[in-house]
Formats: sequence, structure tokens, C-alpha cells
Amino acid sequence: MALQEFYLLFGRALRNVVRTPHYWDDVLIQMDTIGVGSLWITAMTGFFSGAVMALQMGHALAQYGQTGRTGQVVSIILVRELGPALTALMVAGRNSSGIASELGSMKVTEQIDAMRALGTDPIQKLVTPRMIATAAMLPALTVIADLIGMFGGFIVGYFIYALQPREYWSTTWKALDWADVAEGLVKPFIFSFVISLVGCYYGLRTSGGTQGVGRATTQAVVTSSVLIFVLTFFITKFFVSQSPQ
Amino acid sequence: MTSGNQVSPNTQTQAPAHFQESPTDSILRFEHVTIRFDEETALDDVSFNVLRGQTRIILGAAGSGKSVLLKAATGLVPVASGNVFLFDRQTTNLPEDEMYAVRSQVGMAFQESALFDSMTIAQNVAYPLLNQPSIKSKPDEARAKVKEALNFVELGQTLDKYPSELSGGMRRRAAIARAVVTKPPLLLYDSPTAGLDPITAHTIMQLIIKERDVDATTALVVTHRYQDGSLVANFRYNSQNESLEPSRQSDSTRFMVMREGKLIFEGDQDQLEASKDPYIGKFVKHAG
Repeated sequence: MALQEFYLLFGRALRNVVRTPHYWDDVLIQMDTIGVGSLWITAMTGFFSGAVMALQMGHALAQYGQTGRTGQVVSIILVRELGPALTALMVAGRNSSGIASELGSMKVTEQIDAMRALGTDPIQKLVTPRMIATAAMLPALTVIADLIGMFGGFIVGYFIYALQPREYWSTTWKALDWADVAEGLVKPFIFSFVISLVGCYYGLRTSGGTQGVGRATTQAVVTSSVLIFVLTFFITKFFVSQSPQ
Repeated sequence: MTSGNQVSPNTQTQAPAHFQESPTDSILRFEHVTIRFDEETALDDVSFNVLRGQTRIILGAAGSGKSVLLKAATGLVPVASGNVFLFDRQTTNLPEDEMYAVRSQVGMAFQESALFDSMTIAQNVAYPLLNQPSIKSKPDEARAKVKEALNFVELGQTLDKYPSELSGGMRRRAAIARAVVTKPPLLLYDSPTAGLDPITAHTIMQLIIKERDVDATTALVVTHRYQDGSLVANFRYNSQNESLEPSRQSDSTRFMVMREGKLIFEGDQDQLEASKDPYIGKFVKHAG
């Protein structure tokens, strides 16, 4: 039943993309909240995940005399897996919860009912702009997190493993092909729907006053985080099956 | 349902002489409406007919179905069985897109005001003017109407304030301004005086009476305070000295009493006060 309601919400939000009225002001506001607002935490996450990975990989590769390949390993893991997953988890923690609590508060104070009574479809006004904004901003945030993560890896490689900048960056770029870039962009694009719609779904079905808002917020974060991991597995499996042996 | 004296459940109440029903006079009609939420019955076989120009005072304890009744009237909650007619058009489970046109003729003031937190008072009041598909006023026109509506509720100085900056009573008045700004023929007030001090509650009721007498609107007022209904039934707004003055409105003011989802009384003030039902008596006696 819950899954059916979620699919219905997804279908109606998607249909509204091509239906008038469009609330572009709300899309821009949400892009600012979700994208610009999450920039700092995704940058920090990207930097330190790249740095930690370089630290671990540099240490392991040193045993085989391959420290020079640190950049290569860091870039592949970041772009394919950690960048999309960690950025999505950060944005889920910040925005899926924010969306659920905002819409949940509107629900329990009858603002959603008021919106319907005043001639506005709440899905068109509240859900679709958040979905569009997250779909536009999450891939962009992921790219930024990937680049900052590579820079974090470079800092570790340069200061701890004495890698030359040219050596690090050339192996980093050469390690990536278009399939990696595609995987690194498809994942956040799919995760964006999970983050926005799970938040909206739990927000719009909130009941039970402020306690209900708290419950909706927790459910939104937990569900979207678990779904991000589950989807990471299936999307990775798909890309692995497509890549030449 | 009882009408003054106890009558059988499905008996319709006779309307006063000058409110004799004709199809065009019916503003809101419920025919055996039942609403359920999961296993719980919120409205149970409710039937009534509100005629043009009437004010209905809906009394009842918390959880008796008063607010659900108002939401059912505007299609905000789905009806399990029975029919709702708004302006003689059947609206039972009408698709949401089609309901917007019907709702544009109804103004609703919600229990906790339901003003949008992220908008100023002016933007809140302008919302129906700019967003109702069948209204869609131009911004200049909307601005003038917003000022007029806010002046009507004596909040002309709060245009740029946010709801969180206003007191509870001011928020209710702003909600009334938003409900009346499109000049709808039907107004629904959900517990407009709940939780307010007596002076503010009186101000709110004065506004409701003023709206009734100035714009000749039909209204449903949900309340648990009998004195609110008594005020509506016994006073009219004098626009010359801008105050209320005693004037019996017994023909146009009708009382309804809800209990556990059922409509147990429908009649005028005299019939209500004469009722021997102990549940109904509680509302009237508390006021005395």
C-alpha cells in the first residue's frame, strides 16, 4: 500500500513536469536550499573521503612499490562509488529530513489542506519543484565532491607519500573513462528522486502533530539512506555487466 | 437527527417560510454522507441543506466530526457513501482538477489559521486571487483587493509581516481576510474563536457577522461555544456606526449539533434552548 502510494506520488510529480502551472520561483529557491545549502557539507565529505582513501591506498600500494598509482585508485573509487553514495547520503541527511519536516509541519497545521482549498495542487507546488531541484543539483554536487575528493587525495599523496603533482594528476585523469563518468552521473540522478520523493512522501502523510513530524523526518532519512545503498548495488551491477571483461 | 424536538433520523427539517427550498436556493447539501478514516467513522449518515443567506452554527464536542464536515463540503476529504452538492452541483469524489473551480466559490478559514509560514500576510491573502485557476487576478488588481480585505479585518498595517509576527487573534483575522478576499458566496469557518480570549473571540465573531451583513454571504461556523452562535443569531452589523446592534436573526441562523459523527440536532435557537437532550443542554447551559 505504501509502495503504491509512493509510485502514485512519483507518477504525479513526474507528470507535473510537463503540466502547467510551473512554479519556477520555487524550483530556484529549492535549488538554492538543496544545492548551495549542501555545498559545504559535500565539499568536506568529498575532501576527507578522498584524503582517507589516499592514505589507505598509498599505504597498501607501497607494499608493492606502486604508490604512484594512488591517484588512479582514488579517482576510480571516488567517481564510481564513494562520490555519488556519500554525497547522496549527506544530501539525504540534510534535505530529505528537511523536506519531510517542512511538509509534515504544513500537513499538521492544515497548510496543505489550505493550499488545496485555495486552488493549488500541493504536488505541483511542493513536490515537483523539490524533485526538479534535487535532480539538477545532486549530480552537480557529486561532481564537485569528486573533484574536491581528488584534491584531498593529492594533498595526502604530496605531503605524506611524496608524490609529484604531475604524476598524481596524470594517473588520476587517465584512470577514468566515459563509462566511469556516466556511472558517476547516473547514480546521483537516480538518488535525487529517492531523496526528494521519500522526503515529500513522508512529509505529506504526516499525522499526529509535532510527534508525527519527528517520526516522518526520521523515517525519511532512514528510508532514503537504505535505498541509496540498495540502489548503489544494483546500478553498479548493471554497469559492471556492461563493461568489457 | 433531531429538529427542535426529537424526530426520526432521516426527517428533513422544515426551512423557515422565506427560506423555502428551491434548487437554486440550495448552497450546500449533504445527502446521507458517511466518511471513514481507516476503521473509524468520522461522519455517519449526515444530511442537511444550507440555503442561500443562511448561517449555520455547528456545535459539538471535540472529535464529533465538525471539522470533517467542513472539509467534506469542499472535497478535502473523500466521501465513503452519500452525496455532497455544492451550488446544486454534485461534488462527491469529483476529480481534484474539477474541484478547484468549485472551491473558488468557497472561502474557508481553518482552525489554526493555516497561513503559509513562508509568505507575508499580503502574499497569503493574495494567494487565492493569484492561484485559483478560475480567478487569476492581475497583480495590480490583487494588491488592491488584498488591501481592501485586510482593512476589512482591521489588519491594514500588517501587509509585510509574516504570520509568526502576529498574535493568534491577528492570524485568525488574516485567515478570514484570505477567505473573503475573492468574495465567495459561501464561507466556512472552522472554530474561528477556539483558544482565544473572550475579547478577541468577540472581535472575530463581529467580523463574521459583518461579513454576513455586508456581503450577504452564506456561512457555516463550526464552534464549541454557544455564545458565538447566540451572537450571530441575535445581532446584526450596523455599517453606519460600525458596531453590532441587537436584531433577531432567527430565520437565517440555524443551529446544528454533532455528536460522534452524527447530526443529532438541527433547528433555530429557540428549539435548541428548549431541547431536553442532555448532550445539547451542556452547550446551552455552559453558555448561561
